[in-house]
Amino acid sequence: MTDHLKTAEPSRPAGTPSGRAGLSPRKKQRISRAVQYVVLVAVVVFLALRVEWGPLGQNFAKGEVAREMFPDLFTVALKNTIIYSVGGFVFAFLLGLLFALMRMSSVRPYRWIAVAYIEIFRGLPAVLIFLFILFLPLALPGFEVPGGTYGQGILGLTVVGAAYMAETLRAGLQAVPRGQMEAARSLGMSHARAMVSIVIPQAVRIVIPPTTNQFVALLKDSSLVLFLGVSGEYVELTKFGNDMASTYANATPILVVGITYLLVTIPLGYLASRLERRQVKGR
Amino acid sequence: MSGVEHAVEIRDLHKSFGELEVLKGIDFSVEPGQVVCVIGPSGSGKSTLLRCVNLLEQPTSGRVVLEGVELTDPDVDLDAARRRVGMVFQQFNLFPHMTVLENVMIAQRRVLKRGKAEAERVARENLEKVGIAEKCDAYPAQLSGGQQQRVAIARALAMNPALMLFDEPTSALDPELVGDVLAVMRKLAEEGMTMLVVTHEMAFARDVADRVVFMDGGVIVEDGQAAQVIGDPQQERTKAFLRRVLDPTHTDV
Repeated sequence: MTDHLKTAEPSRPAGTPSGRAGLSPRKKQRISRAVQYVVLVAVVVFLALRVEWGPLGQNFAKGEVAREMFPDLFTVALKNTIIYSVGGFVFAFLLGLLFALMRMSSVRPYRWIAVAYIEIFRGLPAVLIFLFILFLPLALPGFEVPGGTYGQGILGLTVVGAAYMAETLRAGLQAVPRGQMEAARSLGMSHARAMVSIVIPQAVRIVIPPTTNQFVALLKDSSLVLFLGVSGEYVELTKFGNDMASTYANATPILVVGITYLLVTIPLGYLASRLERRQVKGR
Repeated sequence: MSGVEHAVEIRDLHKSFGELEVLKGIDFSVEPGQVVCVIGPSGSGKSTLLRCVNLLEQPTSGRVVLEGVELTDPDVDLDAARRRVGMVFQQFNLFPHMTVLENVMIAQRRVLKRGKAEAERVARENLEKVGIAEKCDAYPAQLSGGQQQRVAIARALAMNPALMLFDEPTSALDPELVGDVLAVMRKLAEEGMTMLVVTHEMAFARDVADRVVFMDGGVIVEDGQAAQVIGDPQQERTKAFLRRVLDPTHTDV
């Protein structure tokens, strides 16, 4: 591809004016835009005529089915989704910070362990982790994840989240200017004291926007709790929607659950970009 | 303190970064109460020398002795020794997530273990001294460069250092703000603070310093009375450097 370009390039003398006179760039642009509008309208009209709106509405937006979902949608499903994701996030953050510090440690085996952890758990599908956790009691007889179902869900999200969080936090720690550590050390602080009082607080501030995005990712991954075979009071949004959809043989619950996710994730996304903009200004 | 002991004594100091030898054997000392300015072209090793004094850079070889304590001894308590040395950086390096007052208090609290009330009293005293008392609750980003640098000076002073190091303290400042910082430094000098200052401000070096050291190529080329080194340099390299600095528009190219 690049070879082709390289050989083709010199054969055309530089600075040759385009051969055809006629349409000006402005006119060409106008025609191109008109074509784009025509295509859009054509597609919309085609879909509007072709789609059978009745059955579609019956299947995806059936009022009676949607009504059946309340109040459990919020009091059980959303609540659990938030418990899983916030729990997973908190532990992933702490574990991620530990791995980030290990990765930057002067003790070589610590660096190896951190790199191995990050590479392994970033490279595995999250579903696989949850399946591992499901089979953990078989592999380790007598072992039980503390916290029961909540514990298992949070453990899965922690294991996955920590790998990403470690990399984000490492980037944050390295983004704190070296002069900050030097200033702290020149005031007589030990390395550890300077880390805790000066560097880590700044790093955390730097990673707030990407971390917010990671929380959104974790919130979506909490749907994988489904694979733990949760039921009853432990169901989160996706499992709840899936169960309701089966019960009524209707896809409406899936749509409602989807909207519920968006109610949380879209504001969080906005928050992340607002924090990001504020940070750029503050620097 | 007895006059026998040097504030700082540096013997045969070498520092290499990989292949590059930045300091090629430095010998000099600073007496208590003395103000010594280090001048020289960029890349001459003067900042590295300063950073070796409180071991922000680990010297490749040689000795740094601070008030009788050898900092280059591998078993020395470096954090304890550094408490006696204040450092002011070219880029200020204030802690951006803390207010001015917190900046000046944090090391007092965490390192000297002073109580909150005492730390705050000392902080306000020193901020008063550098003329920033009214900005206590501002964050560094809300201050001008000159104000930030004066806070940095107050932060170092709050630790009651025996020696202050200044690493090109006015080089990152807008020209109209340089004067405020130099005025604070002059006041400190007049109060008898021992100071080692890397600077390009020749007027400051001439008027305030007791001694001026000219460095070039990793060695000390000339060391003497301020008026003599700047007013009547003996070495050709010193003369060439001063001609360029003092009269930049007539430099031969």
